[in-house]
Amino acid sequence: MKSLVFSIALAGLVAGPGFAGKAFVSNERGNTITVIDTDSWEVITEFFGGNRPRGITVSPDGTKLYVCASDDNILRVFDTETYEELPSLPSGPDPELFVIEPAGKRLYIANEDDNLVTVTDTETRTILAEVPVGVEPEGMGISPDAKFVVNTSETTNMAHFISTEDYQIKHNVLVDQRPRYAQYTKDGTRLFVTSEIGGTVTVMDIAEDGTPSVVGKIGFEVPGVLPEWLQPVGAKVTADGARLFVALGPANRVAVVDAQSLEVLDYILVGQRVWQLDFTPDGKYLLTTNGNSNDITVIDVAAEKAVRSVQVGQQPWGVVTID
Amino acid sequence: MRNCLTPLFAALIWCVSAISAAAVEVKAAVLRVDYQTLLPISRYDLRPDDLGFAGAVLADEDNGTTGGFLGHTYETAHIAAPPEQADAALDQILADGVRLVVVLANAEDLLRLTDKAAEAGALVFNATAPDTALRDGECRGNLLHIAPSRAMNADAVAQFAVWKKWGDWFLIAGSNPADVALAEAFRRAAVKFGAEIVEDRTFEDTGGSRRTDSGHVLVQRQLPLDTQDADDHDVVIAADETDYFARYLSYHIWTPRPVMGAGGLRPVAFHGAHEAWGATQFQTRFEELAGRYVRPEDYNTWLALRVVGEAVTRANTAEPDGVRDYVLSEEFGLAAFKGQKVTFRDWNGQLRQPILLYDGSITVSVSPQEGFLHQTSPLDTMGLDRPESGCTAFE
Repeated sequence: MKSLVFSIALAGLVAGPGFAGKAFVSNERGNTITVIDTDSWEVITEFFGGNRPRGITVSPDGTKLYVCASDDNILRVFDTETYEELPSLPSGPDPELFVIEPAGKRLYIANEDDNLVTVTDTETRTILAEVPVGVEPEGMGISPDAKFVVNTSETTNMAHFISTEDYQIKHNVLVDQRPRYAQYTKDGTRLFVTSEIGGTVTVMDIAEDGTPSVVGKIGFEVPGVLPEWLQPVGAKVTADGARLFVALGPANRVAVVDAQSLEVLDYILVGQRVWQLDFTPDGKYLLTTNGNSNDITVIDVAAEKAVRSVQVGQQPWGVVTID
Repeated sequence: MRNCLTPLFAALIWCVSAISAAAVEVKAAVLRVDYQTLLPISRYDLRPDDLGFAGAVLADEDNGTTGGFLGHTYETAHIAAPPEQADAALDQILADGVRLVVVLANAEDLLRLTDKAAEAGALVFNATAPDTALRDGECRGNLLHIAPSRAMNADAVAQFAVWKKWGDWFLIAGSNPADVALAEAFRRAAVKFGAEIVEDRTFEDTGGSRRTDSGHVLVQRQLPLDTQDADDHDVVIAADETDYFARYLSYHIWTPRPVMGAGGLRPVAFHGAHEAWGATQFQTRFEELAGRYVRPEDYNTWLALRVVGEAVTRANTAEPDGVRDYVLSEEFGLAAFKGQKVTFRDWNGQLRQPILLYDGSITVSVSPQEGFLHQTSPLDTMGLDRPESGCTAFE
């Protein structure tokens, strides 16, 4: 409690435009959002984020924070400066992960319970479409040209490519067991899909028209760690497309992969049950949420080393950063 | 650092995707043999009419959603029969051209039905029989076990007790054959994991109904007497597969000790409150269609049919031999809401799987426990390992 009071005091000091960047961490068990200053790595504040906050993202202009409040069956919206709660958005039941299109208007939300991807308009706060997908939709990725949204379904074990024009599925690609996350490279030519139980990352090359073709699969191996604990979950690619970082869940490591040759170069030891990842906007740091050690690890991207950890709320799940 | 960038893999995936034009119709059946049994101790354990079948309905839905993208359809028949009509029911299933059959029956009936199915080239999935012998000398090459064996269940409990450093056990066994077999599994588990049975007693089944109005009055007086004067022990292990006394043990034993096994903390394949590893979605899907909580029999039936669905999706076959070969191969692995993929032991057809330890309301722990190591898979620390099994039907 003491630290919370201190954090609030600190928030008063650093809040205001033009200051350093921030990271927002959703704490699944604590029902809070932790705000971290990405220069000093100090916790600025922690505020109520809805019941069971998981997926977390920001509007393209960085002013609005969107949080999947899974147990509330809505998307909670917060002001990224004042942390004031804004009117919620409809999400469909049990929202877990989502992506926002670069224009900021449409959010694509995976509804695990209903085998649906819900498309929500952030301006009119209405549902635009519901797209039937495989069983237990989870991971959501969007192509940089915003023409395709990729949803992964955990029990069907497919990546579904949904056209953002007509909301129809154009391609289905089988991947390994329990796919969790889909991540395009910035130039949109490659897509990575992590499979938690399969223990692999499926790699697809993406043609001009968005058609995927599987070109490889990345496996992981760490001496002294049981293969069944190498469970790929979150993944991010550097802006230059050179490196892929993969959170390996209960293996407590982030894998560093050459995103071109697909060779695994290194494993960075982080906190326990590492789940989701996000870069700082300048690409210098990669933040990892560590659900069982209640902290985030800060990785220096160029050095490919963990440089520090920051204590957050209970069971951190997702992370997003702003300038 | 393993790294498999191969054109072969790409070719494989596209083979599978490309088959969407070639439709596969998958026909399966669930045969449940209904025995005359006494009502359970707890009303919560009353058998629902759709036991097992509800799992099959969910499996058809789950498989069908995936199949919808690939051109595969799934249709599973549900047949309940008394023991004397079980053979005729299987004959009808086979006559209908079905060659993938999930059976919920006791070991004796299961073996006879499995042998009959073998004559027609059909593959059988065991969804309930826990008899370790079926994974040992009595195994069959066309019989895959989804249900955990007694040995796996006993080992799951034993590992937890040893992890807790509860090394001295007071074993209380029932007197029916299934209880005796479970007690033997606990004795083997004690030796396997270094626990000691300091007191070994039998609680005779004298028949009669299992619960009566205000029967707790007598239970409260009798059980302490039955359990007094035992050697110092850390935990009571109850071997009561027929469910007539173990549920009464907690709070009524002479020495206050935790109870595990058939009462207190029980090993189960699944239960209706299990939420870890995404299981919440399974629970909500199941409850929506069945209007009740899931039972292990439902989960096992669902899992058997999901195994079939996985083989159809990945290997593009619904033929019994094709399914069997694929699921026994290294290629096979299935997510089953237990935190790691489930696979089959290629020496006796048993599904490798974590076992949930359940206190009647939550998942207390999951075995295998930390620190129990194995050269192949920690899951093989539970049940008959390759060198222990006398099964030769899979060689």
